[in-house]
Amino acid sequence: MLFAGTYFELNRVMLIRIITTIVIVLVFWLATRNLKIVPGRGQSLIEMGLDFVRVGIAEDLLGKKDGRRFLPILTTFFFMIVAMNLTGAIPGFNIAGTSVIGVPLLLAGVAYFTWIYAGLRKHPGKFLRNALFPPGVPWVLYIIVTPIEVLSTFIVRPITHTLRLLMNMIVGHLLLVLFFLATSFFFFEAPGLFKLFGIGTLAFGFVFTMFELLVAVLQAYVFTILTAVYLQLALADEH
Amino acid sequence: MLRTVFSAAAEAQHNPLIPGIPDLIWSAVCFIALLVFFWKKILPSVQQNLDARAEVIEGGIKKAEIAQAEAAAALEKYTEQLAEARAEAGTIREQARQDGVKILNELKEQAAAEAARVTASASAQIEAERQSALVSLRAEVGSLAIDLASGVIGQSLSDDAKAASLVDQFLADLEKSENSAKPESVN
Repeated sequence: MLFAGTYFELNRVMLIRIITTIVIVLVFWLATRNLKIVPGRGQSLIEMGLDFVRVGIAEDLLGKKDGRRFLPILTTFFFMIVAMNLTGAIPGFNIAGTSVIGVPLLLAGVAYFTWIYAGLRKHPGKFLRNALFPPGVPWVLYIIVTPIEVLSTFIVRPITHTLRLLMNMIVGHLLLVLFFLATSFFFFEAPGLFKLFGIGTLAFGFVFTMFELLVAVLQAYVFTILTAVYLQLALADEH
Repeated sequence: MLRTVFSAAAEAQHNPLIPGIPDLIWSAVCFIALLVFFWKKILPSVQQNLDARAEVIEGGIKKAEIAQAEAAAALEKYTEQLAEARAEAGTIREQARQDGVKILNELKEQAAAEAARVTASASAQIEAERQSALVSLRAEVGSLAIDLASGVIGQSLSDDAKAASLVDQFLADLEKSENSAKPESVN
């Protein structure tokens, strides 16, 4: 481990994150180096990816103006998570950059402060009141509603946001590790006919690798779209 | 072997829900690098390109609209000119018809006048000839009658004055008897 014992201690996952970051930068830099009005193949592909976030998530949920405002964060979220998730299924890396809590927690924290900031900015003074004391509810019910709102909106929301991504990635990683170690065990250490089990575990390992590719993209999409939804709720005129 | 699995899972060393400081630091480094990269570099250039593309497309649409408007204006102009030409042709035709009628009427009038003139001159000529015939007839009839009368009464009516009065008397009688209309009374 590089920088062992310091705050910049580098283990395998950190290295994977750094490499992933460099790969993202390289890919996007090379693909957008020479943008043309009539796009070529590479540019079309990159634009499709960027449009997926820009149109499918940001503008769809937040509208044109706010969509453009928060587009950098949403785009960064999506591509960072997608790339770091995919490393879990890439031979040689074999672990998702997001399967250690740092990235999910950091991104969920950024999302949390972003939507609170957006809400306070849009409805100064009224934002917290509307969030904690939803209008149109009889005041007696605030005794029940307000603690629930505090819990669900301001405490549970960032935690689920973090854990949904983290747990998906950890479990995916553990599943793959289990299948491939079992395969290795059956093939090379199990006696006689038990070796045949290795074929089954290998097949499952392959299937779950495919499944992990799906989960990688899906979880990135879910994380990004949830961020957009939280922003939308914070920016909405009526809570 | 299973122990290896668990030790691999336990590679995170402690509770996976509690982040280590290096973990957070490297996450932040990666995130900030990517955020700045997308925010300051990729998205503006892509947006610029999108705007340029939209402009090109809108420009194309506008150009097509202008061309269409021009074509419509030209069509309208041609239609108008065609209508004008038709109206003019109609006017000319109407004028020609009127002129034709006028000419025809004039010709008819001329012909009628000519006919009247011819008729008048003919009747005048006839009248003149009748007069001259009447005069010569009167003279001839006079001398003839005198000859006849001299023969009948056996006396010479040499006296011109007498003869003239006699002839006149005769003719008056003749005319009178002619008026009572019997050809044998002339004899």
